[in-house]
Amino acid sequence: MTLAPERHASTKPQGINPRLRVASDAPRPQRPALKKSGRPNPAAHLSPDQIETIGHELDALRKEVMDSRGARDAAYIRKVIAVQRYLEMGSRAVLLFSNVKVRGVRPAWWIGTAGLSVAKILENMEIGHNVMHGQWDWMRDPKIHSTAWEWDNASPASQWKHSHNEIHHTFTNVLGRDNDLGYGILRVDEDQRWSLFSLFQPIWHVGNALLFEYSIAAYDLELGGYLAKKDRMSEEQKAEFRKNRDEVLAKIKRQATKDYVVHPAMSAVTGSARTTLTANIVANLVRNVWTNTVIICGHFPPGIATFEKTSIEGETRGEWYLRQMLGSGNISGSKAMHTMTGNLSHQIEHHLFPDMPSNRYAEIAPRIQDLMERNDLPYVTGSLWKQAGSVYWKVVQLSLPNKVEGRRRRDIVRLELTKAWRKKKRALRG
Amino acid sequence: MSAPSIDRATPTGATRPRLGAHAPGPLGGIVRSARKVAEALATPLVPADYLDLLDPMRTGADLRGRIVEVRPETADAATVVIRPGRGWAGHIPGQYIRIGVDIDGVRHWRAYSLTHRADGSPAAGIPAGCIAITTKAIPDGTVSTHLVRSAAPGTLVMLDQATGDFTLTSPAPAKVLFLTAGSGITPVIGMLRNHLAELDDVAHVHCAPSKQDVIFAGELAEHHAAGRLALSLNLDDVHGVLDLARLDTLVPDWQARETWLCGPTALLDAAEKHWANAGIPERLHVERFRPSVVEPGEGGTVTFRSTGRVVEADGATAILDAGEDAGVIMPSGCRMGICFGCVVPMRAGAIRDLRTGEVTVHESDEPLPVQTCVNAVAGSCEIDL
Repeated sequence: MTLAPERHASTKPQGINPRLRVASDAPRPQRPALKKSGRPNPAAHLSPDQIETIGHELDALRKEVMDSRGARDAAYIRKVIAVQRYLEMGSRAVLLFSNVKVRGVRPAWWIGTAGLSVAKILENMEIGHNVMHGQWDWMRDPKIHSTAWEWDNASPASQWKHSHNEIHHTFTNVLGRDNDLGYGILRVDEDQRWSLFSLFQPIWHVGNALLFEYSIAAYDLELGGYLAKKDRMSEEQKAEFRKNRDEVLAKIKRQATKDYVVHPAMSAVTGSARTTLTANIVANLVRNVWTNTVIICGHFPPGIATFEKTSIEGETRGEWYLRQMLGSGNISGSKAMHTMTGNLSHQIEHHLFPDMPSNRYAEIAPRIQDLMERNDLPYVTGSLWKQAGSVYWKVVQLSLPNKVEGRRRRDIVRLELTKAWRKKKRALRG
Repeated sequence: MSAPSIDRATPTGATRPRLGAHAPGPLGGIVRSARKVAEALATPLVPADYLDLLDPMRTGADLRGRIVEVRPETADAATVVIRPGRGWAGHIPGQYIRIGVDIDGVRHWRAYSLTHRADGSPAAGIPAGCIAITTKAIPDGTVSTHLVRSAAPGTLVMLDQATGDFTLTSPAPAKVLFLTAGSGITPVIGMLRNHLAELDDVAHVHCAPSKQDVIFAGELAEHHAAGRLALSLNLDDVHGVLDLARLDTLVPDWQARETWLCGPTALLDAAEKHWANAGIPERLHVERFRPSVVEPGEGGTVTFRSTGRVVEADGATAILDAGEDAGVIMPSGCRMGICFGCVVPMRAGAIRDLRTGEVTVHESDEPLPVQTCVNAVAGSCEIDL
């Protein structure tokens, strides 16, 4: 599915990017005005000093919020967890009668499926994702802690934390380093290389959304990288892959047994086994599509910047903050909407401060927006439909190669097709 | 959340009765199968995560308690009455419990002596079936200050089963001396409330800064008036800080008595010397409430191997504090080196005992259990957390 990023030694401290220098003594290069694809660089007008000033301002804001964490925040996450668990228990109880028909419809199926879908979304987004980021570790409650949490998802917590917290949050939107940028199967940025594989990406995209929990598991497992580089891997690396693979399979088995065997079996008493099974399938699909929709809005909509590998060499703290701000986009909406997205609707705030309790993102959002506007930086935001729609449109558009002066796009496609065809023929003859 | 590995951060003294876990025959089999089904239904959580919502005090749950009442004893001391969960296994008077309290959203664990009647009958205004601790708010004492000033009835707290060997010997000795100072009275009041009737000859010397600071003053005076014990108060503002030579006047036969002593470090150290000089160190039973800290040494780097966190700490900072500041869930208890609730394995490096200054170097292949609350890093060390 994707090429494996370079793994760091397992002793690498979590949460802190060791490459970041708090203060740089070497002069930093002025940012180039244009990027490879010819698009303007949104931070070209900022001097290195201005960037460090932004960094200091954000450090101060972070300190202010982190120092004020307290009983109110603890009560918030405990309440969300309680609501989620009651909702899940209630929905599952209702589904015990999911086959009961009233005037031709099965009300219990509809209510139970809706409730279970919401419960699963809350569990993955506002609870699981954020707890595993360590947002609540400061409470010292061993039951709500990043090292102990396991979520209702195919990907085991440990593997997800590595690929998400360490790789994605460190190398956010860096082409070739951040595999979240299209998950290795989608071309979502003009600066990403086009290949024939991209032609069919609208199909990959929809498939990815439907099976999102499994593709995340495969992605965290670095399955694509393993398949591509299997022959060149050491025995040790292969053994590690096998260990991780077994972990994923065991997790998938437990998850599937719960949703597709045990809970339906409980409903067999009322003859509702089949309807409970379909309810679980639908709830998981709804969760998959919803989480995918929210997550693609975080980094893929137009107006969000990507970065060259070379641009992060020796990156300062200010530059790191800048990259997080420019590389993320928000979703506007109601309070309920923010909760259902796990506050990833405040993706910009989340990427600046990944371990800040999620209930605080909405509070600091106006200050971040103000900071960006003062520095003439685009604060990308929009409704879910606008942002997700723009990504779907982009996936369709970028399935074709970039426009090049003096060449027709279909000629580029035709040339690539011919090349691939010849290669195949040679391989067949040889 | 089902990860059992984190369990070491929760109280482990509790024996958790699991229904049918060891029951033989078909009943045990059914119970075991039912539990397996419940676990399959709840994954990736565990059934307890759901049951805790419905009844956090049930049998088999992690031990918790609900604060029933916070009753002031003096201007800066209060008794906290707690109804414990159904897993509460009782205690021997003189023992303490670890209690986990959320303050400003952060969980803190401390150890306090129990002051209620062990048979569960009401005493000193503590209702039947409740347990009680008495604490004095000390300056900079996050937990003691919270319990005395802001703890509210109805609050759920985490508990651990009772532990400690500061208890009366059995059979009860003929002649007893209790020597207490400040909140050091608490384990002793626990003994008095439970065993005073069995003790024939009790002398009690209690020290406090002034008359208003004497915790349980009324109760002690009542016993004294009824002739159940002979109480001598040593008030700092009247008599000065207790000079142990004064014992010869207050309790002339002190050398003939089994003595239980609890109070600040200076008193404990002085008394240990005094009893040793008298040639009767075995007559002295001591409960230490605070570690005595020697000059700190150089600090260093602490590596928490499981969480991958690395912190720099100075030689005066306990590994426990350094870990907590870095966001590692550290098991903890009394924070004074007595309860061993904070012990974790050290894999490499060196540590310095904050009480004695003694440096311990990890030299074998075996993990070395260390008390993180009274040890600082000396150079570097690696901890399994």
